[in-house]
Amino acid sequence: MNFEKLKEELPEKIAEKIKEVSRKYKLDENKKNKLVEKVKDIYEKSKYEPGEAIGVVTAQSISEPATQMTMRTYHVAGAAEIKVTLGLPRLIEIFDARRQPSTPMMKIHLKKDYNTREKAKEIANKIRELKVEDVVKSSVVDILNNQIEFFLDTELLEKYDVTPEEISKKIKEAFKINIRTSKSKITVKLREGEEIKELHKMKTKVLSLNIRGIKGIRQTIVRREGDEWVILTLGSNLKKILEVEGVDTTRTVSNDIHETARVLGIEAVRNLIIEEVTKTLEEQGLDVIPRHITLVADMMTVDGIVKPIGRYGVAGAKGSVLARANFEETIKHLTQAALAGEVDTLESSIENVMINQVVPMGTGVVELVFSPKKGKK
Amino acid sequence: MAGFNILKHRLVPEHVILSEEEKKKLLEKYNIDEKQLPKILVRDPVVKAIGAKPGDVIKIIRKNELVGEVVYYRLVVKE
Repeated sequence: MNFEKLKEELPEKIAEKIKEVSRKYKLDENKKNKLVEKVKDIYEKSKYEPGEAIGVVTAQSISEPATQMTMRTYHVAGAAEIKVTLGLPRLIEIFDARRQPSTPMMKIHLKKDYNTREKAKEIANKIRELKVEDVVKSSVVDILNNQIEFFLDTELLEKYDVTPEEISKKIKEAFKINIRTSKSKITVKLREGEEIKELHKMKTKVLSLNIRGIKGIRQTIVRREGDEWVILTLGSNLKKILEVEGVDTTRTVSNDIHETARVLGIEAVRNLIIEEVTKTLEEQGLDVIPRHITLVADMMTVDGIVKPIGRYGVAGAKGSVLARANFEETIKHLTQAALAGEVDTLESSIENVMINQVVPMGTGVVELVFSPKKGKK
Repeated sequence: MAGFNILKHRLVPEHVILSEEEKKKLLEKYNIDEKQLPKILVRDPVVKAIGAKPGDVIKIIRKNELVGEVVYYRLVVKE
């Protein structure tokens, strides 16, 4: 029995399993051949046949379990309360390829040398975004003196380990304006003759100014997972995080599909979609064969960009006018097709159902061509 | 992109640029035009990292838990 040859005919893992089993039970050549034949038979039968409507099967295989999902479920990750969108809302979010997931999250793995509680905490502290508004108790716009006063919360200053001087320095660098600093108050003075509207604008600008950390990371939690420490973050900024020292750049992931597309590319997105969907379904105790999820992920990424399933994505890009009109926005598609003089070649299933023809599916895909020989009757 | 190598990331499978000859063989094997292949954009970070140009075909070797290695092809396109 030649296993190298077997690998060409069967998937790698299955060929390896055969090898493993035949060694374990000490099968002789005859029995081995029988085993291979049986496995090949089962493998061939498990494959889709040409003409099988895999899209429809996939749609049903994912949708039916999805109806069993609880509508609004939140899961608390660890003891430290990060609320993550899960269940049906998350599933819809993935398939719709939303620009921003409702709870962007990252799981940061650390390199070996940094894998201690202290170092993880240190990194978590460093990357967490700190804005001016996080340490400001209240702020007042003083129209008479043309200035804005920010009252700092001294307790929070201590907690986050920043001084008023640091903050005012940052503000000065960012806006190049006059600042007076005291222990619990920062006064920003604007130039004479500035309008009141400008004062209010400046106030919001200063409040949302980043003091330190990585933009978008709103909360960090250090958690032990197996035999290593990981950092969970609320908010996502994959590119910046991967540049932080001590972060394991091979395993750190974000749940933001578009961000992953920008940083790691389309193939990574395909893997991420499969992972996230499987995870979401599994958490609800649902079991869907990977082939369906893989097909959806493939459809969403064939063109090199992430396309949502639905009107603006996969379904909206169908070639046939009737198929598009059948899905959503019937009138829009029909009028546009009429104006543009589109032709429907009736190649897919739904348009043939509509006009009562044989659907190109299963045995319907086969067409007979008969060319009679000349000269014979 | 300094600091980290995206090609080593867990989510990124191996990307290999096909030679002209391999590309021809592939298209012949499946009897298709190169436009019928799945696409990948030039601005895709992985394409930039391996230095592929529009018109190249990239062979992607995916690792699947169930069946082992699965080979996939993508054509590099502009937008």
